[in-house]
Amino acid sequence: MTTTHLDIPHKTATDAKSPAKLSARDLAFYYGDFKAIKELNLDVPENKVTALIGPSGCGKSTLLRIFNRIYSLYPKQRATGTVLLDGENVIDPAYPLNKLRSKIGMVFQKPVPFPMSIYNNVSYGISHYEKLSKSDMDVRVEQALREGALWDEVKDKLNQSALGLSGGQQQRLCIARAVALKPKVLLFDEPTSALDPIATSKIEQLITELKQQFTILIVTHNMQQAARVSDFTAFMYLGELIEHGVTETIFTKPTKKQTEDYITGRFG
Amino acid sequence: MKSQDHINKSFDEELDRLYDEIKRMGDLAIGQLNAAVDVLNRRDSNAAARVVANDEAIDAIESEISMDVLKLLALRQPMARDLREVYATLRISADIERIGDYATNVAKRSMVLNNNPPLEATARIARLAKTANKLLSDALQAYADSDADLAKKVRDADAELDAQYTSYFRELVTYMIEDPRTIGSCTHLMFMAKNIERIGDHATNIAENTWFVVHGDMPEGVRKKGDKTSE
Repeated sequence: MTTTHLDIPHKTATDAKSPAKLSARDLAFYYGDFKAIKELNLDVPENKVTALIGPSGCGKSTLLRIFNRIYSLYPKQRATGTVLLDGENVIDPAYPLNKLRSKIGMVFQKPVPFPMSIYNNVSYGISHYEKLSKSDMDVRVEQALREGALWDEVKDKLNQSALGLSGGQQQRLCIARAVALKPKVLLFDEPTSALDPIATSKIEQLITELKQQFTILIVTHNMQQAARVSDFTAFMYLGELIEHGVTETIFTKPTKKQTEDYITGRFG
Repeated sequence: MKSQDHINKSFDEELDRLYDEIKRMGDLAIGQLNAAVDVLNRRDSNAAARVVANDEAIDAIESEISMDVLKLLALRQPMARDLREVYATLRISADIERIGDYATNVAKRSMVLNNNPPLEATARIARLAKTANKLLSDALQAYADSDADLAKKVRDADAELDAQYTSYFRELVTYMIEDPRTIGSCTHLMFMAKNIERIGDHATNIAENTWFVVHGDMPEGVRKKGDKTSE
């Protein structure tokens, strides 16, 4: 098993070295002939929030799509290199997709609840992997909804349609649905870009709580959000990883000019 | 120097405005220091009172800068070098405000001195003020030009002002021992000299903040100190 360590300046003595949970090695990605990611190396530290920032088209979302192999649904898209999760290469076709989806959860920009009850939205995924009794399933659904910071708001209407929830509640339901499978890594692709500031704050608070249990990677266009929620920030440009470091440092004293120009609004 | 402009032009205008305000404030402070020494040499109490009154203008710009910085932080949420510039501006404005107060103190004490017979030792205040003026002008120039090298020189040069102050302090003590009738006036001169020596310290702060804007950290090594009056 390969465990790599991020040797970056630490915020506190307790997180001097964070073992990498997910590591990309010489990772490249192609949409047909177009090379969208160029031999990228990135360590995502365990139980930390890593923010991916960069202008539109820089490859942030593509990177997330590689990590849970959504691209494999499309014939002309392919990835080369390795993505190690706990030492196993998850983009190797031999690695079962089913297993991958249970280990790496994803939350998208627009909340997409299934057109079914709140309860079933959460139990649906679990029942794919585990055969549970009704009472055990009740416990798991409640636990997931609590982890999604939604339980108190929906406990009296679990059988109502999830489509009746507000946008912010729907997004937290999607998070609950993802954590219900007890994954190792959670990928967030601009999870609050469709939400109002209150709902955004709730999701940000939730992300901070979830990192105790999960390794989190979040794509965001909102610099302040990256600064608020992440421990580490990676800046990408034109398919390359330009700079990766402690969030505090990236936003006060980045080392690369491209990073500086992007985060201060000088790009273009 | 600053890199390319922001995509949002009004952000550039707001940052430029901060630089302009520091320039205006700095020019006023230098003017006040020169005026304070001038009224001291001319023993002109009326003019000294005007110097004291003029300090208000410096305080007013400091308030303006505080509000502008607050607004900019809230509305623009600056990052990286922009953030360092805004932060440094706030700190530098506080330094200049204090420098204004020291110049005012010199003018105030000159009015008391005018009630006593002139002293030869008074002339050396102008020399101290000249050294302080050079430090302050260079610090402000370094800030305006984002010139970290010049800022470093200012930081190192403050020791010279400290040394002049120490030597003057000893000279005044000698005067007082020789002629106790001068104790009152010499004590005022001592305070004036100390005020001017402090102006050098604030110029050093400005220089250090300029270094911080450019490099994102504080200059290495301890400040050179030449004030030996407490030893």
